[in-house]
Amino acid sequence: MNQSLRPDKAALVELFRDFIEPQYVINDEETQKPFECDGLSVYCDMPLITVLPKTVEQVCEVMRICYRYQIPVVARGAGTGLCAGAMPNPDGVLLVLSRFKHILDIDPLARSARLQPGVRNLAISEAASPYGLYYGPDPSSQIACSIGGNVAENSGGVHCLKYGLTTHNLLKIEMVTVEGELITIGSEGLDSNGFDLMALITGSEGLLGVITEVTVKLLPSPEKAQVIMAGFDNVQTAGDAVGGVIAKGIIPAGLEMMDSPAIIAAEAFAHAGYPTDAQALLLCELDGSEAEVQEQIAEVEQLFIELGATTTRVSQSEAERALLWKGRKSAFPAVGRISPDYYCMDGTIPRSQLAHVLTEMQKLSEQYGLRVANVFHAGDGNLHPLILFDANVPGELERTEEFGSRILELCVKVGGCITGEHGVGVEKIRQMTIQFNDQELTQFHAIKHAFDPIGTLNPGKGIPVLKRCQEYRTLDRPQHKHDSQPQQGDLA
Amino acid sequence: MTDISQELIARVRQASHDGTSLQIMGGGSKQFMGREPIGDPISLSEHKGIISYEPIELVLTARAGTPISEINSALAEHNQCLAFEPPTFNGQATLGGTLACHLSGPARPWSGSIRDHVLGIRLINGHAEELRFGGQVMKNVAGYDVSRMQAGAMGTLGIITEVSLKVMPKPAATVTIKQEMDAAKAIETMNRLSGQSKPLTGACWFDNHLYLRLAGARSAVDSTVNQWQGAALEDTDAFWSTLREQQLDYFLDASSLWRFSVKSSAAHVLPDEDWLFDWGGAQRWLRGDFTADKLEALAETAGGQVSLYRGGDRSQEVFHTQSEALQKLHQRLKHAFDPNGVFNPNRLYSWM
Ligand SMILES: Cc1cc2nc3c(=O)[nH]c(=O)nc-3n(C[C@H](O)[C@H](O)[C@H](O)COP(=O)(O)OP(=O)(O)OC[C@H]3O[C@@H](n4cnc5c(N)ncnc54)[C@H](O)[C@@H]3O)c2cc1C
Ligand SMILES: Cc1cc2nc3c(=O)[nH]c(=O)nc-3n(C[C@H](O)[C@H](O)[C@H](O)COP(=O)(O)OP(=O)(O)OC[C@H]3O[C@@H](n4cnc5c(N)ncnc54)[C@H](O)[C@@H]3O)c2cc1C
Repeated sequence: MNQSLRPDKAALVELFRDFIEPQYVINDEETQKPFECDGLSVYCDMPLITVLPKTVEQVCEVMRICYRYQIPVVARGAGTGLCAGAMPNPDGVLLVLSRFKHILDIDPLARSARLQPGVRNLAISEAASPYGLYYGPDPSSQIACSIGGNVAENSGGVHCLKYGLTTHNLLKIEMVTVEGELITIGSEGLDSNGFDLMALITGSEGLLGVITEVTVKLLPSPEKAQVIMAGFDNVQTAGDAVGGVIAKGIIPAGLEMMDSPAIIAAEAFAHAGYPTDAQALLLCELDGSEAEVQEQIAEVEQLFIELGATTTRVSQSEAERALLWKGRKSAFPAVGRISPDYYCMDGTIPRSQLAHVLTEMQKLSEQYGLRVANVFHAGDGNLHPLILFDANVPGELERTEEFGSRILELCVKVGGCITGEHGVGVEKIRQMTIQFNDQELTQFHAIKHAFDPIGTLNPGKGIPVLKRCQEYRTLDRPQHKHDSQPQQGDLA
Repeated sequence: MTDISQELIARVRQASHDGTSLQIMGGGSKQFMGREPIGDPISLSEHKGIISYEPIELVLTARAGTPISEINSALAEHNQCLAFEPPTFNGQATLGGTLACHLSGPARPWSGSIRDHVLGIRLINGHAEELRFGGQVMKNVAGYDVSRMQAGAMGTLGIITEVSLKVMPKPAATVTIKQEMDAAKAIETMNRLSGQSKPLTGACWFDNHLYLRLAGARSAVDSTVNQWQGAALEDTDAFWSTLREQQLDYFLDASSLWRFSVKSSAAHVLPDEDWLFDWGGAQRWLRGDFTADKLEALAETAGGQVSLYRGGDRSQEVFHTQSEALQKLHQRLKHAFDPNGVFNPNRLYSWM
């Protein structure tokens, strides 16, 4: 493994064009421009070369070449990630999986679907619906994001509390290792012998391998789903109402909360009929058999009223249910309309800390002179504070980022964590040291090393490099420009 | 209610220093599982007690040596439960052992396994460091999921000292119905019914009978029982707990017991042999003497794997053969957690 043998860019392009159609090996700046960042556009960089293979064998070959010459590889799905996990490496190859968009098989009796990694999340449920089945995890980006990206980020959605995250809905994956070897993890059974490697791969942000096929579980579509909207004149009461539902022994299919700035923005965007004078809004969806939903809707509405809801409304049709959700699902773009820019944070807290965290966040908002709107998955304590700012005002982005990291520190302080679903990527790499100590980070590096001994898979993301971890890095590892940048996590 | 983690850490440091190995014991109820244990026994049974339990948060944290039965009683006071229904084995099974063995009860396909309910753990690795992974909240994607990775590792990656779990409300009503049918028909029926939006939480077949458990809101259970028909069992809880604890006559037989984890709809094979299906067809038990090679081939055709669960020759491999590429990854991961091979050597595979 001698890096001096490494071909120059033009030679590499030729190597790739030997087995990938020339137009899918991109090396000019203009055509690569759309790939310079994912959904978090404040971090961007230009890859050396972008490749869009079409077959698994081509992926293997790309990986073998990159391994031979120790070239960094960043996998990319649809690029909707929000932590700069798919941000290209300037010395490396960006491996785009968007041409892998075939649904390979749906097995209605076994309730599973075998998918190429570039299949869009929503397309799975659409294809399964003729069989009365659907795919559970539904990130708000589901129209666009890919199942490969969902596995790499362990994405969640509105239905997490009842139906789980991506990790709960996978059976099997095929993955190409850094050496270019195709391996199968999991099976069509519910568990497999040996280490649960699927657990490690899920949420690994492209640091352990490139996912080339995913088999997911499908669930029976509920006979009925209905949503209750409830307005409250104070956030604490709404938070208590969330606990109240759970204490009754009811697990809603979705339980979402918005604060006043988010309600106002979402209503102006979606015209869903949200009470714009409310301080907090809950959307609680119940699903199951007709009889069950009818019984539980009545119970929950009664409970909300008893606990001080100022308004309640129960969806009376599928159209009305969709409308009530539309405001929530479009909350990010809605907030985007009332501010030149916004920065979406993602932290999790124990539900009981909700009111405390919101109050503290309000104080920080005043301190930093930046407005905050909040939408969150209240059922599982996953907050999405949206910090409103203007990137054209000098210093405002930096202030926003500092405010954001204070919010994440607050989440950890009350017993929560720095990311519930968006991942660490480049964005939260510094906050990893708040949640984990050096020994724990070293253990993560040892895991990474087991899969990627030369450290070329999505380098600089996910886990900060500490001095102690150096022992896990091979001595002949290539030096990247980014190794010297503090943002890449050289925290030692 | 004692915390002996400092003692445990000291024992691990000593073993690592002396180059000896440790055999991690929970309640010691699972000695029969996996390959023959080696090493000095290190018991977790004193390291017990529920550390925190917030019914409204749906989260419980307990030391690894806490008996499952103790956790079940604490939860029952708040009308909650462990949705993955772990076997308690006469009160001996511990939380850590249950995670390490990854055993789940009949509700597994619908409610998930312990792996699906783990939120966080504390683990002593081979460097004698006690590390914390995951947490006590429902969603956490920071770092690799080391907590879930313990499921089925049989204690080869370290000593689990503490586990945080998601807990669930108890269903309001439960009814079990029984129908007579053969194995092939049962597989088809279990899978077809699992595709409907009904409160199904258990489906097993043996002695030519299919048993279906419905649990949830009273109205939903009653209306489904009417639709699906069949004779309702008298004591539904007793039936499922006897199945879960493997106290049915089927399991009391002395012959070797094989466990298949396969695609739930896979075709029925070896029809003349003695089978019991659980998990709606996804877990299949087979009794008798067979060669592992033959069964592995059958399991692979059925989309899954097989292991020798009890009996037979435990000096040989008991778990499904891993491909060469996966063996390499297993060995590297074992090394990443336990470079000196302190914990449960060879318990999972002879080569690890
Ligand atoms: C408006 C909006 C709303 C969102 N809402 C949610 C939400 O509700 N819940 C949620 O969880 N997320 C949400 N997200 C974040 C994002 O959509 C998810 O993280 C999604 O899973 C990313 O998928 P992707 O295909 O776009 O992946 P990318 O952005 O392309 O990549 C994400 C990461 O996965 C890696 N990766 C991608 N494909 C592969 C592969 N095949 N093999 C290995 N690694 C791979 C990349 O290297 C990168 O680290 C939202 C994003 C937006 C823009
Ligand atoms: C004869 C018998 C039959 C049984 N039959 C069944 C059955 O058929 N089906 C079933 O589901 N259950 C069965 N059980 C129940 C089973 O014992 C429990 O489910 C449980 O898994 C065992 O927990 P334990 O604490 O006793 O584990 P132990 O037997 O003490 O240990 C089991 C494994 O887990 C590891 N381990 C234990 N604690 C830890 C820890 N804290 N950290 C890391 N690793 C640890 C051990 O090293 C070992 O590899 C049976 C038990 C017995 C004795």
